[in-house]
Amino acid sequence: MLPELGTFLRFQAQRHLQAALRRPGDIVGPLIFFLMVVTLFPLGLGPDPAVLAALSPGILWVVALLSSLVVSGRLFQSDYEDGTLEQLALSPHPLALSAMVEVFCHWLLSGMSLALVSPVFAGLLNMPTQAMPVLMSSLALGTLCLSLIGAVAASLTVALRRGGVLLSLLSIPLTVPVLIFGTAAVREAALGYDPTSWLALLGALAAGGCVLAPFAIAAGLRISLEA
Amino acid sequence: MWSIVHKMGSPPWFYRFANRAIAWLLPIVLLALVVGSIWGLLIAPPDYRQGNSYRIIFIHVPAAVVALAGYYVMATAGLMSLVWKIKMADTAMRALAPVGAALTFIALVTGSIWGKPTWGAWWVWDARITSMLILFFLYLGVMALSEAFDNKAAAAKACAVLSLVGTVNIPIIYKSVDWWYSLHQPASIKFTGESAIDTSMLYPLLLMILAFYGLFALSVLLRMRTELLLTYRQSAWLNAEVS
Repeated sequence: MLPELGTFLRFQAQRHLQAALRRPGDIVGPLIFFLMVVTLFPLGLGPDPAVLAALSPGILWVVALLSSLVVSGRLFQSDYEDGTLEQLALSPHPLALSAMVEVFCHWLLSGMSLALVSPVFAGLLNMPTQAMPVLMSSLALGTLCLSLIGAVAASLTVALRRGGVLLSLLSIPLTVPVLIFGTAAVREAALGYDPTSWLALLGALAAGGCVLAPFAIAAGLRISLEA
Repeated sequence: MWSIVHKMGSPPWFYRFANRAIAWLLPIVLLALVVGSIWGLLIAPPDYRQGNSYRIIFIHVPAAVVALAGYYVMATAGLMSLVWKIKMADTAMRALAPVGAALTFIALVTGSIWGKPTWGAWWVWDARITSMLILFFLYLGVMALSEAFDNKAAAAKACAVLSLVGTVNIPIIYKSVDWWYSLHQPASIKFTGESAIDTSMLYPLLLMILAFYGLFALSVLLRMRTELLLTYRQSAWLNAEVS
């Protein structure tokens, strides 16, 4: 007996969150990666606080983008390997929605956790305090867009043995607007201007992505299941 | 009207069509390229400010225009292959991506060579240049994805989805890069607007753009025919056709 759509999606969300929380290393790992790469910048650029503060919006956003790409390679992977994905594709409930549940859980644990701890890294780079709330909100919205883009690329590459590099190759060109709007919001806030319009653009990207990406993700997953 | 779509799906019909089209296109494209190059490079007057160095426009602009249009042609082929499952649309997509990437590369290299004498730098992070570079990455992504699958049908479908996602994103990318550019640096470098171009330079430029469209169609058809020869090398119709 198949549960109703709402119950079905709640079960899916529960399953993903439980599986992820049982392996906390997978959540903490990307954050440590983020911290380590941020550490490399003062070592490479020199410790001058003014230089680091000026570059910090760009540095933090680029590193967030990279670590989001690294983790989106895991999307759909375990479900593909153990055959769950095939069952989801066969089920009468839309594959687009069950895939979106996974993307959303993934974003909650990777993107949101990154946004929550980002002020610590911003402090390391001497970013002005007034920009930190904007950094957090821009990362929260932006990583949702990045997770959606990463999910489209992951759905196309999940069946391939060497999907990792390919996934970055496919995603990076598509992430350009997210990076531009995100860094612009933080930079404006750091200079004391109003960043609302840039955050609104990021929100528009996230909303549009939530509407359109599920179809591409479902199509990509079906192709990967046939390949 | 639908009969042509059904015919397009048939490799033997397409093979004969490609043979005829190539036979027609080849002399026309060669003639247009030769006439356009001589007209643009030798006969058109030199620019009063840039002298003769502007003449690279007759290669640069046609390559850029066709490279951009090529992505939409590729996405259309992708849509046809996804919706109507037309076999030749798959072949067309695989043939289109490298040609489009090559044209984008030509546009980037000629732009860079043109930039050295006029702007004093090989590379400037201008909005249009950056957009072209991202277009080049999009083409490379499609090529890499089609290489990665062993199953050709799956590769074509995956590339179709990717190119459609790219098509939705291209306007957003262009607009965002535009805003990024105006945010970073005020317009210090301005192209002479295209409407301000004199007819003595415009006509050879238009001829070269048409010639490049023809060249694009010709290279795609040649690549598609080669792929047909490779795929159907053991089938009876092809052997009858060739011998």
